[in-house]
Amino acid sequence: MAKTKAVKQKMTPRARNEALWGLFFVAPTIIGLIILNFIPVFQTIWQSFCKTGDFGKGNIFVGLKNYQTLMFGTGSAEMWQSLWNTIKYTIVQVPVTIAISLLLAVLLNKKIAGRSVYRTIFFLPMVCAPAAVAMVWRWIYNQQFGLLNNVFHTNVAWISDPKIAWFSIAIIGIWSSIGYDMVLFIGGLQEIPHDYYEAALIDGANSWEQFKNITWPLLSPTTFFVFQTGIIGGLTIFDLMYMVMDKTNAALSKTQSIVYLFYQYSFTQNNKGYGATVVVILVVFIMIITFFLQKIEKHFVYHA
Amino acid sequence: MNSYKAKQRTATALIHIFLIIMSIIMIVPFVWMILTALKTNQEAISVSPFYFFPHNGWHWENFGTVWKSYNFLLLYKNTLLLIFFRVVCACLTATMAGYAFGRLNFPGKKLLFSLVLVQMMIPSQIFIIPQYTMVSKMGAINSMFGLVFPGLVTAFGTYLLKVGYEGLPKDLEEAATIDGANIGQRFLHIMMPLTRSSMVSLGIFTAVFAFKDLMWPMIVAPDAAHTTLSAALSKMQGQYSNDYPSMMAAAVLAILPMVIIYIIFQKQFVEGIATSGGKL
Repeated sequence: MAKTKAVKQKMTPRARNEALWGLFFVAPTIIGLIILNFIPVFQTIWQSFCKTGDFGKGNIFVGLKNYQTLMFGTGSAEMWQSLWNTIKYTIVQVPVTIAISLLLAVLLNKKIAGRSVYRTIFFLPMVCAPAAVAMVWRWIYNQQFGLLNNVFHTNVAWISDPKIAWFSIAIIGIWSSIGYDMVLFIGGLQEIPHDYYEAALIDGANSWEQFKNITWPLLSPTTFFVFQTGIIGGLTIFDLMYMVMDKTNAALSKTQSIVYLFYQYSFTQNNKGYGATVVVILVVFIMIITFFLQKIEKHFVYHA
Repeated sequence: MNSYKAKQRTATALIHIFLIIMSIIMIVPFVWMILTALKTNQEAISVSPFYFFPHNGWHWENFGTVWKSYNFLLLYKNTLLLIFFRVVCACLTATMAGYAFGRLNFPGKKLLFSLVLVQMMIPSQIFIIPQYTMVSKMGAINSMFGLVFPGLVTAFGTYLLKVGYEGLPKDLEEAATIDGANIGQRFLHIMMPLTRSSMVSLGIFTAVFAFKDLMWPMIVAPDAAHTTLSAALSKMQGQYSNDYPSMMAAAVLAILPMVIIYIIFQKQFVEGIATSGGKL
C-alpha cells in the first residue's frame, strides 16, 4: 500500500490519468477471472477435502480421506482405470492425428488444384457439435445395423467390446481434429522461407530429404504446439465419450475417461467431494505432463 | 525433360487420389447422417438387403416431425441467444482489457496480466463445480444468465486482443493526443476499429465454442425448454435410442446452421478457430 502511494505521488497528472483508465479497462476482466476462475480453483481444492452429505447437501471436512478412497481404497480401481483409459486414448489419438494432418498439410501447401475445397472438407468437423458427430458415429458403429459392419461384412462390437471401444472412440477423435491440426501445420509451413527449398533442389535433394532436413526441423515449433495442445485436449476428453458410451454399455469401465468419471461423480451421483478430488488429481497430472513437456521442448524444437 | 514431366504428373495424380480418399472418409459420416434421416426406421434397420439410399421415397417429413416434437425453434433461439451474449461479453471485456494491457501503463499491470496467462494454463474442468454452485445459489438454473455465466470474461480473448493492440503503430495515438482526445476517445474512435480482425477471430472462436459445448448446458440447463442444441441432442439420444432416422434428422438440424455459416465465411472461420490454441 505504502509503495503504491509513493508511486502515485511521483506520477505526473498525465500518468495518473493513464493509470486510472488502465485499471478501469482491466477491471471487468480481472474481477471476472477472480470470481469465475481463481476462487473456484481454491473452492474445488477445498471441496476435495470434504465429504458430501446425503442428497449432495452439506460439506464435512474429512482431510485426505477422499484421496485415500479414490487412490488406494474402494474407488481406486475405477479411478486408475479411467486415468489409464484416458492415457491410452491420448497416446493413440494425438500421434495419429499429427501424422495424418502433417501429411495433408504438406500436400495442400503445394500449388494443387482444388486445395481450398479439400481444406474446407477436412476442417468441417471442427464446426460441428461433438454431440451430433458422436451420434452419427455411434450409428455407423452399430453392431447389427451399422454402416461399417454391413459394408465390410464384419460383426465387430465397435463400441461395446471393452478391448476396442476406446480405440473406436479414438478414431472419432482423430477424424474430428485432423482439420484443425492441418490448418495449424499449413500456417507453420507458410513461414518456412522458399529459398531453402530452392537451394535444396539445386543440391539435388529429393522430397523426403527436403522434408527431413528442412520442413521437419523448421516446423518443430508448430509441431510441438500441436502436440502439447493435443495432449491436453486428449486428457480432458468428455463429449465423445459421454455421447457414445451409454451407462449400460458393457465396455464403459474400460473406456470411460477421467473427465467422464468427474462428471458422473459430480453431477449424476451428486458426490461433489469425489468429483472435486478426481478433477484435482487430473489437473495435477496435467501439470506434471506440462512440466515434462517444457523440459523436452528444448531438445525437440529446433532453434536456427 | 519429358520423363520428368510425366513423373510429376503421376505424382500429382497420386496426391489427388490420396486426398480424395481422405475427403470421402471425412464426408461419409455427414452423408450417412442425411441418408439415414431420409429413411423410414424400417429401412434404416434393414440388414438384408442393406439400403444405402432411401428405398420407398425420400422422407423429408422426418425433419418436420423432429422439428415439432423437440421444439427446435426454441433450441435454435436458446443457442443463438447464448452465442450472442457470449460473443458480446467476450468482445467487450477483452477489447477493453486488451487495450489496457497492450497500450497503457498502470500499477500492477504485470501481476494482473500474469493472472490472465495463468488462467489460460489451468484446465477448465476445475472451475465447473463452484461455477455450478454459484449459478445454483443465484437461482439461475435453466436460465440464459446461467448458460452465459462462465463466458462473461475471457482470458484467452484478452491475450488475443492485447497482442492485436501491441501490433498497432505508436504514432496513431500520439496524433490523437495532440488533437486533445482523451484515452477513452482514442480507444473508441481510433484504436478499437483497427483491431477488427482480432475481434472477428475472437467472436468466431467464442461462437463455435458456445455452440459445441456440451457439459455446461447439460448441468446448468437440464430442462428441455431452456437448453442448447448440443445438450438437447444428448437427451434425444436417450429418448429416441431406437428411432435412427429421427436421431439423424435431429443431428442434421443441429449442425446445419453452423455448417452453412462456415461455408460462407470459411476464411474467417479457419483463422478464428486456428488462433484458439487448442482450447476448442
